[in-house]
Amino acid sequence: MATTEEIQTGLAEILEEVAGVLPADATPEKSFTEDLDVDSLSMVEIATAVEDKFGVAIPDDELANIRTVGDAVSFIEKNQS
Amino acid sequence: MTRSLTLRPGAPGARILGFGDYRPRRIVTNDEISQRVETNDEWIRSRVGISERRFAGEGESVVDMSVAAAGKALASSGVLAQDIDTVIVATCTAPAPIPGLAPEVAHRLGISAPGAFDLNAACAGFCYGLSTAADAIRSGSAENVLVIGAERLTDWTDQDDRGTCIIFGDGAGAAVVAPSDSPGIGPVVWGSDGQQSRAISVADRDSFMEMDGRAVYRWATTQLAASARRACELAGIDISDIDAFVPHQANLRIVDSMARALKLGDNVAIARDIVSAGNTSSASIPLALTGMLERGEIKTGDAALLLGFGAGLTYAGQVIICP
Repeated sequence: MATTEEIQTGLAEILEEVAGVLPADATPEKSFTEDLDVDSLSMVEIATAVEDKFGVAIPDDELANIRTVGDAVSFIEKNQS
Repeated sequence: MTRSLTLRPGAPGARILGFGDYRPRRIVTNDEISQRVETNDEWIRSRVGISERRFAGEGESVVDMSVAAAGKALASSGVLAQDIDTVIVATCTAPAPIPGLAPEVAHRLGISAPGAFDLNAACAGFCYGLSTAADAIRSGSAENVLVIGAERLTDWTDQDDRGTCIIFGDGAGAAVVAPSDSPGIGPVVWGSDGQQSRAISVADRDSFMEMDGRAVYRWATTQLAASARRACELAGIDISDIDAFVPHQANLRIVDSMARALKLGDNVAIARDIVSAGNTSSASIPLALTGMLERGEIKTGDAALLLGFGAGLTYAGQVIICP
């Protein structure tokens, strides 16, 4: 089980790789679309990378509810087995 | 006692002898689209990778474009129209369901009484057609087959819907497939996911195309690489020996994502025809191949991995040896 901190770091790495977001900018309150300029297709890529890294699948209907970096971290935390 | 029938002897394999394309006259830039809907050039380029696309107009029906592309493919192949005995038109944008377009296309090309039919596997249509042609030749049902992918997607696109109007264009591409002692069309790997049949659809005759971009993107970027690898394996070619990768031109990001997933080397020519043609569904693969051959990005004898995928959802991939 990854800790909150590990999830945050892992997610920041994914964000940097998929959408070129600087790790320092990937703070919990940031909105993917409004603050980080991540579009819906990049969100799908992030979801795929999250599944590879943490083994947590994020279906499209759940993905639509994830607005901020913090939302994503808590979703992964809650759903990891 | 089980009664048994005689079969015809077929050819050992089939091979593509020539490609041809038709690109409509009217070029529509991102700036032109931005005058109608709220979008801009930079946004379209970064989201889907398209700079411009072609819109068919007067004298550029699906049949007109099919005839033009096929004429070019015949000329390039050296096969005479009179020696074609089967015509397949892959399209999902025929103006009406009856009649199929293939008989008229054949007639206008001067092909006499061929087997002729339309095939709808949406954006995977050309690859389905190629496989059908190769199998017909191998089983002795056909000798020389014309396979065409032709679309007028703009007829079915809401030009006020910025989710779709920036993506789709029109055009046609064709290939002449002939018998060969050495196979130049590898086994097809095809399949579908009907559970996602609404992901890309036109609800009825008065509706426009609707697409769940997110669902299609996820499916294309996660489910299809394995089939592409399998197509190489079945054709007896290591993926590192592929010279060109020509996937359906749905979105440049899908093309790039697939190329990454397949770990293709820098020496592999990757089709990026979408930049100037938009998404032309079943026409996109033969359009891209014709352009790449004309520009010398691929040459005779090169092994190209084709991968069509789209509405249905359907997909089909195979390796071909370029003419």
